Amino acid sequence: MTGRTNALDVIDLTAGYGRIEVLHSVSFSVPVGAVVALLGPNGAGKTTTLNCISGVLSPTSGHVHLNGHHVNGAAADKLARAGLCTIPEGRGIFPNLTVTENVSLFAFASQTSPKDIEERTFTQFPRLQERRSQLAGKLSGGEQQMLAMARALSSDPAMLLLDELSMGLAPKIVEDLYEIVADIGRQGISVLVVEQFARRALAVAQLGIVMVQGRITAVGEPADIYDELSAAYLGGAA
Amino acid sequence: MALLEVDEVFVRFGGVVAVNGASFDVDEGKIVGLMGPNGAGKTTLFNVITGLQEPTSGRVRFNGKDISKVAPRQRALGGIGRTFQRLEVFGSLSVGDNIRVAAEMRGISRPERVRDELLDRVGLRAFADVTADSVPTGIARLTELARALACDPRLLLLDEPSSGLSEVETDDFARLIRSLADEGKSILIVEHDVELVLGLCSTIHVLDFGSIISSGTPAEVQADQRVQDAYLGADTEAAEALEEVGA
Amino acid sequence: MTNFVTFTVIGIVVGATYAIAASGLVLTYATSNVFNMAHGAVGMFMTFLYWEVSVNQGWPVWVALPFVLGIAAPAMGLLLERVMMRRLTQADVTISLVVTVGLLVALIGVAQTIWPPAGRNIEQFFNGDAVSFGIVRVSAHQFITMGVALAVAFGLYVLLNRTRIGTAMRAVVDNRELLALHGARPNLLSGLAWALGSSLAALAGILLAPQLTLDYTTLTFLVVSAYAAAMVGRLKSLPKTFVGAIVLGLLINYATWAYISLPKSVLTSDFGQVIYGVKNSLPTIFLLLVMLALPQEKLRIGRISGTKLPKLPSWPVALAWSAVFIVGTYLLTGQFGDANNSRFGQAMCLPLIMLSLVLLVGYGGDVSLMQLSFVGMGVLVAARGFTIPGTGIGFHPQVSVLSIVTAFLLTAMIGAIVAVPALRLRGLYIGLGTLALAAAIDRIVFNTKLLGFGNEGSTVNANRPGWLQSEQSFAMAVVVAFVVMGLMVLSIRRGKYGRILLATRDSQAACATLGFSTTITRVAVFAVSAGLAGVAGVFFAGEHISVSTYDVFFFKSLPLLLFATVFGVTSISGVLVGGLVYGLIGYAPTTVGNLASVVLLLGILLLGGNPNGLVGLIFEQARKVPLPWRRGGLPVEAEPYPTHNPARSALEAPVGTA
Repeated sequence: MTGRTNALDVIDLTAGYGRIEVLHSVSFSVPVGAVVALLGPNGAGKTTTLNCISGVLSPTSGHVHLNGHHVNGAAADKLARAGLCTIPEGRGIFPNLTVTENVSLFAFASQTSPKDIEERTFTQFPRLQERRSQLAGKLSGGEQQMLAMARALSSDPAMLLLDELSMGLAPKIVEDLYEIVADIGRQGISVLVVEQFARRALAVAQLGIVMVQGRITAVGEPADIYDELSAAYLGGAA
Repeated sequence: MALLEVDEVFVRFGGVVAVNGASFDVDEGKIVGLMGPNGAGKTTLFNVITGLQEPTSGRVRFNGKDISKVAPRQRALGGIGRTFQRLEVFGSLSVGDNIRVAAEMRGISRPERVRDELLDRVGLRAFADVTADSVPTGIARLTELARALACDPRLLLLDEPSSGLSEVETDDFARLIRSLADEGKSILIVEHDVELVLGLCSTIHVLDFGSIISSGTPAEVQADQRVQDAYLGADTEAAEALEEVGA
Repeated sequence: MTNFVTFTVIGIVVGATYAIAASGLVLTYATSNVFNMAHGAVGMFMTFLYWEVSVNQGWPVWVALPFVLGIAAPAMGLLLERVMMRRLTQADVTISLVVTVGLLVALIGVAQTIWPPAGRNIEQFFNGDAVSFGIVRVSAHQFITMGVALAVAFGLYVLLNRTRIGTAMRAVVDNRELLALHGARPNLLSGLAWALGSSLAALAGILLAPQLTLDYTTLTFLVVSAYAAAMVGRLKSLPKTFVGAIVLGLLINYATWAYISLPKSVLTSDFGQVIYGVKNSLPTIFLLLVMLALPQEKLRIGRISGTKLPKLPSWPVALAWSAVFIVGTYLLTGQFGDANNSRFGQAMCLPLIMLSLVLLVGYGGDVSLMQLSFVGMGVLVAARGFTIPGTGIGFHPQVSVLSIVTAFLLTAMIGAIVAVPALRLRGLYIGLGTLALAAAIDRIVFNTKLLGFGNEGSTVNANRPGWLQSEQSFAMAVVVAFVVMGLMVLSIRRGKYGRILLATRDSQAACATLGFSTTITRVAVFAVSAGLAGVAGVFFAGEHISVSTYDVFFFKSLPLLLFATVFGVTSISGVLVGGLVYGLIGYAPTTVGNLASVVLLLGILLLGGNPNGLVGLIFEQARKVPLPWRRGGLPVEAEPYPTHNPARSALEAPVGTA
């Protein structure tokens, strides 16, 4: 095999729900260790793309390659064990488990002992340590999102998918969260983040992809796609 | 006096704040837009207004009366109609029967005539006998709209009515909404099609993090820096960073 | 004082067994979202197995017990999860109720085949050993029962809160999909929960068995008490379930104490029978009270609604089939002898009863596990007659227009009274509530002389009117009643109320935002459905002439719903076939009947939750066969909706613009 540099390749992906086609032949790649932002207005098909990658939805046609392996049709739990970790839209936490339980739940997936994982997590997220014995459902929105990311990291994934990281969160918290995303990227984990808050995501991303109505309209370095982005969001009026 | 007044409404789910002290009005006979990024709390607000979601605190007034404690059914009888973002058509009935049954539920005389008029008006005549769960999303949304109209509401809440419609259909839809407003109906619309909202509404409220961050005419809202921030991310630091790399 | 201590101890012991059974129920329900109506039946089956190995085969207890609890029961749990429950996590509650009811029926059938009825006893552990505390003797078995319950409570606490796998089980309850996204195998975890749940059911059965003679239904339905306890914890909280179980155990035993302290004259009177019934119904009454205390179910939005119902026959087609059916059965019954006509008539009673389910379950999407109780009431009206006290106005105990009308009104009224509290809750609770109520009605009404048939097993007799004396003529009367009531149900479906009914089922939230109260519709449908069952009861009485309490035993409502659903509760033809099959199986040898229940269960699994049942499936396929008179092939399948919209131009000039 040729020396591959991509953690994820999406090739000619077409998908939809029932009769309605949402994605029309979407292709892009996420290089190993890069943070990539998938941007676009509501209804552009970003979450659908993510669902196809994480195995929740089967595409009508096209391919998804994870680390060079063809993974279409693999079940979500298999993909996860292959190193793909997804944080779904709307906080991926277990509300009736305590913070600690949420963090150490997936310890079996990694080589590290639960104690070490807890210690590592709480060093990285001191805010969660203060609330370690609280039920996760009682945390604020930002803390829940933080917990979801902490848990995702506990399983030492090769690639992280983040859906609508900032949804419904205050700017200050979103800023903190993106600090963490940047940090994750520096650890060598490839990240695909789906976002509406374009600016913040682009500030930490190495690559931006703009999606409108199920098609990719621009791919490039953050600075290059900014104009395209304004047009996509505010109908060219802004 | 405004027809609908939403006053300092808070909704909390556990530790998550979905609506954070939102206040806004809808005036009689106006088309009002409610915009905001995903997760801003728009649908939750709709549920609060129609009574499907009890707010943690705050009030909703309709026609001057406090309806915060009123059951959903009574609010509907009082003249509030709505459509749903996640469809709630009567899937086992035909499109025509969806409209007819609404009229029948309200004891409106000659429900068949109501059905026929609305089928024509919304442009669903060709789908009249098709089962509602086998029509495309756009058609199902129009069915919900027609069904709500069968009860002749004073205030109509539309939750993303145009998603699933083609461009031509969207134009038809905009015309229909205007004609409804001309008849004196008030319309509150949540919509992601920015052009449609800007062209249709006389007033727009922008919701972010569960509170209203901007209100005004389409032009005013469009020019508002806070709105752009809400959509693109309020972060001066990030903007500066972008400028540095040459944006 | 002695009595108080004694009854308290027994109460705690009984409560402890309930707690063990109930915790298994909670565990399985929470992790798989399937409420196992057959939980008790699993316990029953395993208790029989324990009898087989320990008594019949003579294995020592220390081999037999680990074998049943550690191998057989978990294996069964795993198998059930793997084969059935996994497919049901997303299913409609009616479907999952029906499937687990099917399992219950099948388990009883299999148990009856392997272990034909006979007196069997399981001895207490350390039989005869007891410790005296002053005046009170506590047997070793009682000690063990309490100890085991404590151990189960402690063990579950440790498992769920202190181990990784237990935490993961709780995570399944919270968010199954998220768990899969992180690489855990939710199915494995629910499998484990089912294995554990089955063991707990077996444990409870084995601990309880020495106090009873081993039989199929007693153990199966002792678990109504487990339902009641689990409901205290809202089928979620284990600590609350344990508290509920102990409270219930105490309640029952204090009630027994109070009962035996009543004067003998009261106990032996007719009214005493009613009190006896109430005493024995305490678990179900407790369950009903707990359900009354539950808050009103919130309107839910965003769920997928709409089931494709089978195509409605047009009036001419329906009438033509009705005529064919009546003429056909008339010619057929003309050839039969009296014995066969009686059998046919009795079998026809079942479709007649099932018609009430078409309205309620098929169209309305609600569920009832007490239809046979309404039938029983209809039987009583026909068999006891009715007079307004003090006036002499009324009618003789006979099948007549008056008794039919009275039966309808009476059962409809009772149906409405039942529906008002029940329909506040969601489907599962309605199912459990109606089943509990049916059990209570059996004991408090049917099994008493004052209100019902008399002691358990007693019969009442109903007369046929003079012109319907012969077996053929009455069988034909049942056929005509089925056709008339079937057409009535069809006309309801076709009319305004049918549309409203379907709308109510599809989206209650949408109905509310259109200003319509779905409660009234649902209560009305429940009442009319009860009324139809009551009318069916009058014909049932006339056909059987002599009806015993066993004929309307509450448990029989379960196979009734089962057969109706499997063959198609959404259509008249579905219940006709389903009812006849159910009725005719009754004449087959027991083994065949038992086998049939197993086959039926497999049928449900094959259906994969198709709500229109086997008959619906057949009709669907039949429509696809191109027949010479069916011109134009398949317009509906080929083009489900018009691709262009000719009426769009209507938008250009909207009507009624002000």
